[in-house]
Amino acid sequence: METVEDLVLGHPFFRDIDPEAGRVVAGCARNTVFRSGELVFREGDSADWFYCIRSGRLALELHAPHGGPIRIDTRGPGEVAGWSWIVPPYRWYCDARAVEEVHALQFDGACLRRKMEDDASLGYLLYKRFVPVILRTLQGTRMQLLDVYARPGR
Amino acid sequence: MPGPAADVRAVAGADPWSPSPARVRERRRETGDTVTLALEPADPAQTRFAPGQFTMLSLSGVGEVPISVSGDPDEALLVQTIRAVGCVTSRLAALKPGEALGVRGPFGTGWPLESAAGRDLLLVAGGLGLAPLRPVLYHALARRERFGALALCYGTRSPDDRLFRGELEAWARRADLHLAVTVDHAGPDWEGEVGVVTRLLARTPCRPERTVALVCGPEIMMRFTARELEHLGVAPGRIHLSMERNMQCGIGLCGHCQWGPFLLCRDGPVFPWERIRAAFGVRGL
Ligand SMILES: Cc1cc2nc3c(=O)[nH]c(=O)nc-3n(C[C@H](O)[C@H](O)[C@H](O)COP(=O)(O)OP(=O)(O)OC[C@H]3O[C@@H](n4cnc5c(N)ncnc54)[C@H](O)[C@@H]3O)c2cc1C
Repeated sequence: METVEDLVLGHPFFRDIDPEAGRVVAGCARNTVFRSGELVFREGDSADWFYCIRSGRLALELHAPHGGPIRIDTRGPGEVAGWSWIVPPYRWYCDARAVEEVHALQFDGACLRRKMEDDASLGYLLYKRFVPVILRTLQGTRMQLLDVYARPGR
Repeated sequence: MPGPAADVRAVAGADPWSPSPARVRERRRETGDTVTLALEPADPAQTRFAPGQFTMLSLSGVGEVPISVSGDPDEALLVQTIRAVGCVTSRLAALKPGEALGVRGPFGTGWPLESAAGRDLLLVAGGLGLAPLRPVLYHALARRERFGALALCYGTRSPDDRLFRGELEAWARRADLHLAVTVDHAGPDWEGEVGVVTRLLARTPCRPERTVALVCGPEIMMRFTARELEHLGVAPGRIHLSMERNMQCGIGLCGHCQWGPFLLCRDGPVFPWERIRAAFGVRGL
C-alpha cells in the first residue's frame, strides 16, 4: 500500500521535489475524502489547510448578495486547492465544495508554516511551487473577465 | 514552400463569384443565439469540403458572410452553424426549412489532417470555434485507427452556451476520445469545470512530442492556447490556428481580409502558428 509520503512525492504538484523536502512536507499531510456536495471550506473561516487533489473535483464559489453561489473556478486531479494558508491573515476568501467525491492529500498549514519559519529553504521551495499556481490563476481570471466568448459588440 | 493547402481536397465550384442556390433542409437551435442549418445546395459538389473550410452564405438584398462548415465531411448535406451577431447572420439564423439562400465555396485551407495521421490529435475550441473543428472530430472518429490519442478541449462562456450538447454527451461516453469542457461562468447546478481552456491542456493523454494541435476560437484565446501548447512542448509547426477575421470575396482578390503579409481567405483561414506567430505579436494588426 502507498504511504502518504509516496502519495505526496507522486502528486504532480510536488513533481521532482527533493525527496528529503518531500518527506518533511509529507509530515504535515494526511489522506482525506469529501463526499459529493460536501463543503470543504467556507469563506472567512480560518485557512488551516491546503489540498492536493488526487481524484474528483472541487468548485470554488462566491456568494453574491442576491441569488445563489457563483462557481468561479474548479480544481481537479493533479491540481492544488487553497493558498490562503500561506498568506496572512490565513482566512478563506471563498467557499470550496466537492462537486463529486474527492480524494485529496490534506496539508496542515500551521504545521507547514512552522517548518517554513524554521527552514527558510523549505519556505522558498514551497513558495516556488505556489507562486506559479497563483499567477496562472490570476491570468485565467483576467481572461474570464475579458469575457472573450461574449457576442461581439455586446 | 508547400502551404497547408496540400491537405485540401475540395475547391470552389466553377464560378467562385456567383452564389449558387441552396435550400434549408433542417434547422436546429443550439443556444439562445446560435442555430445549425443543414443546407441542400442545387450543386451537390458544394457539399464536398475539407474540414476547416468555409462558405460564403448570402441572402439577396441583405448581404453575404463567411461561415465555417460544421458538418460531417462524409455526409451529403452542407451543415453550418450560425451565431446571430448582426444583420446578415441574424437573417440567416432565422431561415426556416424550405427557405432559400445563396452559397459560394467551400473556400480556404483545411486543417492538415493528412499530416496529422499517425500522431496524437488535440483539438482546442473556444466558443463558436467548435463549429469548424466538429468536422475534424467526425473525420477522426470515423477513422479512429489512423490517429494516436484523440482529445477535444472546449471552453465556452457558460453551460447554456455549449454547442452540440447532445453530441458532447455522446462523445463524453467514448473511451477512445478524451473530452474536457470548461466554462467561464457557472451557477451551482453546473458540475463540470470552471476556468479557462488552457488549464485543460496539460491533462489530455496527448504526448506533446507527437501531437498535432488544431485551435479555433477568439484570437486572444488562440494566442494564449498556442503559447501554452508550446510551453508544454508541442512544436510550433504542428500547432494550427483558424484565423476567422472578416472577409469579403473569399478568394483572395478584394484585399478586405489582408492581415500583415497574408490574405486570410486565400492563405488561410488555417495557418501553422509558426507562420503567423510574428504577425500575432504586431499590436493593432
Ligand atoms: C473564415 C470565417 C469563418 C467563420 N465561421 C463562422 C461560423 O461558423 N459561424 C458564425 O456564426 N460566424 C462565423 N464567422 C463570423 C461571421 O462571418 C461574422 O459573424 C459575420 O460576418 C457577421 O456579419 P453580420 O452582418 O451578421 O454582422 P456585422 O454587423 O457585420 O457585425 C456584428 C458584430 O460582429 C462583429 N464581427 C463581424 N465579423 C466578425 C468576425 N469575423 N470575428 C469577430 N467578430 C466579428 C462586428 O465587429 C460587430 O461587432 C466566420 C468568419 C470567418 C472569417
